Amino acid sequence: MKANIVARGISTLSRNFLTGSYPLRAVAAHRVWNWPSLFSSFSSSSSVHGELQTQPSSSTRPALLPAESVNTSAGARVRQSMSASETAGERTVRHAFGNVLAFFILLLIGVLAFSIRLFSVIKYESVIHEFDPYFNYRVTQFLTKNGIYDFWNWFDDRTWVLNSLNIPLSVETVCVFTAPTFSAFASWATYFLTKEVKGPGAGLAAAALLGMVPSYISRSVAGSYDNEAVAIFALIFTFYLYIKTLNTGSLFYATFNAISYFYMVCSWGGYTFIINLIPMHVLLCIVTGRYSSRLYIAYAPLVVLGTLLAALVPVVGFNAVMTSEHFASFLVFIIIHVVALVYYIKGILSPRMFKVAVTLVLSVGIAVCCAVIAILIAVVASSPTKGWSGRSLSLLDPTYASKYIPIIASVSEHQPPTWPSYFMDINVLAFLVPAGIIACFLPLSDASSFVVLYIVTSVYFSGVMVRLMLVLAPAACIMSGIALSEAFDTLTGSIKFQLLGYSSVNSQAAAGDASPDSTSAQSNALKPDKSEETAKERTSKKSKKKEKEREKEKEQVDQSSVQPRAGRRLQVLPLEASIIGVFLLILLGAFYVVHCVWAAAEAYSAPSIVLTSQTQDGGLHVFDDFREAYAWLRHNTEVDDKVASWWDYGYQTTAMANRTVIVDNNTWNNTHIATVGTAMSSPEKAAWEIFNSLDVKYVLVVFGGLVGYPSDDINKFLWMVRIGGGVFPHIKEPDYLRDGQYRIDSQATPTMLNSLMYKLSYYRFVETDGKGFDRVRRTEIGKKYFKLTHFDEVFTTHHWMVRIYKLRPPKNRIRGKAKKSKSVRNSLIISWSKAFPKFNAVSDRLNPAENEFSINLKKDCKDQEEPLAVKRFLRFYKLLSQGSEVGLVGYILLQAIFRKVIPYRDVGKISRILQYCDILVYISVFCSRRESRIIEFVGL
Amino acid sequence: MGLRFDLLLFTAALLFSPALSDLVLSKVDRRVDLTTQVVRITSTLKAENTGGNSVSEVLVVFPDRQAKTLAYLSAVSNAGKGKAKVSSVTLPVKEVELKGMPPSLVGYSVSLPEPLGKGESFTLDVLAVYAHSLKPFPEKITQADIQLLVFEDSAYYLSPYEVKAQSLTVKLPQARIESYTKLENTKIHGSDIKYGPYENLPPFSYSPIVVHFESNRPFAVARQVVREIEISHWGNVQVTEHYNIVNGGSEIVGEFSRLDFQARPHIRGPSAFKNLVAKLPPRAHSVYYRDEIGNISTSHLWGDSKKTELEIEPRYPMFGGWRTAFTIGYGLPLRDFLFESEGKRFINISFGSPINEIVVDTLIVKVVLPEGSRDISVSAPFPVKESRETKFSHLDLVGRPVVVLEKSNVVPEHNQYFQVYYTFSSISMLMEPLMLISGFFFLFITCIVYMHADMSISKSSPSYLAKLQWEEVQAVIQQIDNIISRCLAVHDKLEASLRDLSRTGDVQACKAARKLGDSALKELTKELKPLLSFLQSSSQAGHVVSKVDELVTKERELQEKLMVKLSTVVDCYEKKLSGREIENRINAQQQKITALRQEVDDLLEFIDEL
Repeated sequence: MKANIVARGISTLSRNFLTGSYPLRAVAAHRVWNWPSLFSSFSSSSSVHGELQTQPSSSTRPALLPAESVNTSAGARVRQSMSASETAGERTVRHAFGNVLAFFILLLIGVLAFSIRLFSVIKYESVIHEFDPYFNYRVTQFLTKNGIYDFWNWFDDRTWVLNSLNIPLSVETVCVFTAPTFSAFASWATYFLTKEVKGPGAGLAAAALLGMVPSYISRSVAGSYDNEAVAIFALIFTFYLYIKTLNTGSLFYATFNAISYFYMVCSWGGYTFIINLIPMHVLLCIVTGRYSSRLYIAYAPLVVLGTLLAALVPVVGFNAVMTSEHFASFLVFIIIHVVALVYYIKGILSPRMFKVAVTLVLSVGIAVCCAVIAILIAVVASSPTKGWSGRSLSLLDPTYASKYIPIIASVSEHQPPTWPSYFMDINVLAFLVPAGIIACFLPLSDASSFVVLYIVTSVYFSGVMVRLMLVLAPAACIMSGIALSEAFDTLTGSIKFQLLGYSSVNSQAAAGDASPDSTSAQSNALKPDKSEETAKERTSKKSKKKEKEREKEKEQVDQSSVQPRAGRRLQVLPLEASIIGVFLLILLGAFYVVHCVWAAAEAYSAPSIVLTSQTQDGGLHVFDDFREAYAWLRHNTEVDDKVASWWDYGYQTTAMANRTVIVDNNTWNNTHIATVGTAMSSPEKAAWEIFNSLDVKYVLVVFGGLVGYPSDDINKFLWMVRIGGGVFPHIKEPDYLRDGQYRIDSQATPTMLNSLMYKLSYYRFVETDGKGFDRVRRTEIGKKYFKLTHFDEVFTTHHWMVRIYKLRPPKNRIRGKAKKSKSVRNSLIISWSKAFPKFNAVSDRLNPAENEFSINLKKDCKDQEEPLAVKRFLRFYKLLSQGSEVGLVGYILLQAIFRKVIPYRDVGKISRILQYCDILVYISVFCSRRESRIIEFVGL
Repeated sequence: MGLRFDLLLFTAALLFSPALSDLVLSKVDRRVDLTTQVVRITSTLKAENTGGNSVSEVLVVFPDRQAKTLAYLSAVSNAGKGKAKVSSVTLPVKEVELKGMPPSLVGYSVSLPEPLGKGESFTLDVLAVYAHSLKPFPEKITQADIQLLVFEDSAYYLSPYEVKAQSLTVKLPQARIESYTKLENTKIHGSDIKYGPYENLPPFSYSPIVVHFESNRPFAVARQVVREIEISHWGNVQVTEHYNIVNGGSEIVGEFSRLDFQARPHIRGPSAFKNLVAKLPPRAHSVYYRDEIGNISTSHLWGDSKKTELEIEPRYPMFGGWRTAFTIGYGLPLRDFLFESEGKRFINISFGSPINEIVVDTLIVKVVLPEGSRDISVSAPFPVKESRETKFSHLDLVGRPVVVLEKSNVVPEHNQYFQVYYTFSSISMLMEPLMLISGFFFLFITCIVYMHADMSISKSSPSYLAKLQWEEVQAVIQQIDNIISRCLAVHDKLEASLRDLSRTGDVQACKAARKLGDSALKELTKELKPLLSFLQSSSQAGHVVSKVDELVTKERELQEKLMVKLSTVVDCYEKKLSGREIENRINAQQQKITALRQEVDDLLEFIDEL
């Protein structure tokens, strides 16, 4: 397909302008008339070769309307051999009609993409879904209130603009409808990308497919206000701009590409996919000898500008140049310059000289390269993770996460997908993709090779993590769009070829082997009515052309000589086969549409916060327990009360209940989560101590046993044990398993039955039915009658799905604060000393009397070579603690460090367990002079 | 406290009694209704003028402790006897400063419709409504406990006048009474306590009574209610009400067990209320019920021609001390509420909250008038604090005027109609649609202008000129392309004539077609010449020229070959040779033609791709 129809359309127009054929006004008028041609011809099925062409009408037919005389498609020529001047007008009308049609199809695709995602709003309500989106929602709320950070979030700009127009729009409404809007944008971006690769027909098909691909729907239904919904748009658009630049060599698009890349960096961590895929493609182009100045323009500005812009994003910062994820882009950046240099020199030098130069440079160059690479490898290898972040590593090595980071592995969307999930998420596209890949190889252009590379890499990544199915979806859509449009082209083309009929001589010459004589003879028989029909159809589309012309047309059809070119291109199939083929393709498409609508309506529309079930009389029963609990927390607890729950509910609690939580969905704070996991897996008293030390007032658990809600805390409990055990070794997974099996009935282990999670979930549960039958696990519970000693039930929702407990106040308050802090301190020290056995050595020697602190410290000051640091510590200690356990812990730590009991790298770990991040930062600051590695912990 | 207050009153009574002795209350009948959280005391007073001067007003006094909780006071003349109350006229009531009376009293004066002459008597009903005068005691209970309330008042009617005969009835919600003050003549009838009759008591007689009783009626108190009434002259009145509700009864302490509550809700959690009922005006539509975290699915709506009833259930049962917040909203047809009089429009809508038996601490009513309303005035049946605001909504330029009315301590009795008068011209209604239309109009105009304008920055730069030239060249090539394809079309016509020949054998028609074709081709060749020469002279066309030339020569060759073929066939027909022979003769030519045609097409395609 021709590379750039838009540009051609414009240039055609200006060409007419320049030839001076028309008065200026007329040209202008026809420009307006032709503007939909930007969306190119779609309607003529042979428009794979549809390009714009000008008629020299001005000289011969000055009376013609300008619009009639311009922009005829060569594709039209394929159809019939009509006299050019006669058909010019009709072709233009058809062309314009096709453009308008294409424009409206795109518009409708946008509407479809938007509206298919509204099932959740219609079936449920306009509410934000899931857990993560609540964080984004809160950030947005914050930003809209504080204004100046608008730069960060595009949506806030939106609301702001709308506010200035006095259109009242709540932040929530905007958040709910952001994802559907962006998926409409994404499908348009897909159209443009695919159009660059294989023409507008494929573009429209791909856009339509992407508009309703279930994988993308799952992330972008109305209410799922998540980064991914926006990021996919940014991803496709960046790729489009890259291909556009590659095809045109325009610096304008290259700049936009960098900006779009920046947008992607802002929106999603998945931007590393772009910054690796594009270099890979560039490398591929260079290796296959496709280097051109366009490639250089497409790549070099992206790396330079893109990296600079990416470094502006605080999350990325210097990572944009320092981590290994970005390494490939710089390597390729060097390579492309070398290649560019080589091409330049090749241009200057004579071939012989060039050969000499090559041998010379190669021998020196290889040596230098080896040295550089060796240095690089050494640098990279010296860092513990080889310079890769955990997330990327878990991508490259699928087993990495489960080995080292249980918290990443615990998220269900980070698991490798199963085969059915492919069928669920991309459905028939899975079968069309191979066909699309083949179509991309005929012929292989820069653009199509890029798409092939894209699909191959994304297939790999989607195999590693379910979540990355999202990246696969656009690629699959593009491929399938190409496959579908090629298939339709071939099939409809051959139907047309057969039906419109060709003289036997010509069809032999043209179609050669593909078309047997019998079919053409048969088609000759069909000829008269069919041609009349087509003629009618055509005339119905235009208003002016009259009966007379139809007569003419019929004549011409009868004469029907053929363009051999058409025959050569169209691999002509037998008529029946093509009709059946078209029918099957339509059936396939219908199946896909049905599946997508089903997925959108049933599978992905439910906001996990509201559940529904059918009652026996056909009504709808709503389980709104989560919001019931959050509303209760919001209105009936103090503003600064802290709530502990498993991290899944963190953001939600923050947003809906407006209360501080101990852990939230921001999973990088592993130690924090492990602390809560430990508390949940500990017996009541120990748990109470941990929670009390964290200043927690309420504990929230999710329990599905009464109504059969499967994703409750008991089912997630093993992960709490694992994550807790990862940091605190006294929590051991086997203690909770009976013979390797996870059970909660009477066979369960005592550790399990005494764990806080078990008790909070099943407290007084047995009294509901007398047996304590858990409908999720489908067993009777093991421990039925028990009392809570340290917690009070303060609220349980209607279906028991959320239970909130309050920590009982400490009993021995009378004994005074010092005593309390001492007991807390002791309990803390006990639990940490389990984690760090060497701790005991230090803490035993401690005298907690306040005065002795400073005495000891002053002694230490003399002993150690770090007097300044200790002075600072003293000041800090005075400021912060005044006898509370903060200062004590800090002191213990400091001593431990000085006596070299604890290695520096563990300081961070300990402090974070203790929740005293200030100490961590402080100690780390002066320790950093000794050992730089501690910085890493601070950075974390 | 009560006792001291009492003492004070008695001394006061002794001191001030002669001052207002003209009027005597011959009969006072008081009924205290304690069935809901709002205390309503209806007093029927029969006033008799025993003095010499005519009296035009009756003084009603309250101890200031009661006056603090007094939310509503009205007096109605009770002219007819017994059940035949013919004309009940609302009498104006105003607060007065009491002179010569104890400082701890607050007085209101009720103006009589006509002055009372000597010896005449007049009967009036005084309704006093108190919010927050019932106090829960104990203040904190557990989930299973029963809520007990305390009511305090005087057994005697506190009045600056002498009271001849009086009685008091206290109506309780339930027969269970924890304790009550026993005085002489105290009787209990079911859930009623009767005090009296007492006779001939001097002014300011006071005898405190305390009733401690069980009540599980909902104690819904709205800390704040904001009602926003937005008028759209397109036919809708949109009412949005934000509630901030607390259960003002005894606070719950200790555990809340859902199990107990679900198993025996009337025993375990009797004081909690589960739902509230709002009586909306008839024809209310698009009713919603939500809070800041989304829709609340527990509500029911019934409606008939007289009213619409909305039963709303908070997300959780409201135990004592628990709070919640929600919003309800509904639309009303404009014609039911908007009227016109004397060139002014006025909206006539009820003031209070539609929820039954709710006490509102602060009620803010905002009436949002359409943009462009002027001369706004408010008429309310009771004093309210009034202020103005401006609200910006869809496409507003100057904003909509908002009338803000604020009142504290609102009880259901305040649910009366009030009016907001304003003038508004119907043309302003069209402003926003017109704005939209003109906005889109200008958008399209800008688009058109943009499409027409040449946006290139420099008109003289070499690259721009080169581009122009190149475009010129392209245009010419396009024209050549076109001519060639027209030539090809002529060829096709000739071929077609040949086929006709084979079918009909009409040699003359074929010759005529050939002549026609010849002339057409010649003309086209003529057309081609200037274009080719232009192309050769152009500097930009360098690499294309060769291709174009090739195309033209190939086409000419094709033309010649075709002519040869044509003449051969015609010759053959003239010689009447058999079809097979003709085929043989032209076979070689045909192959060449096909090959040439192929080449021409390839070249055309190549040129197209430029």
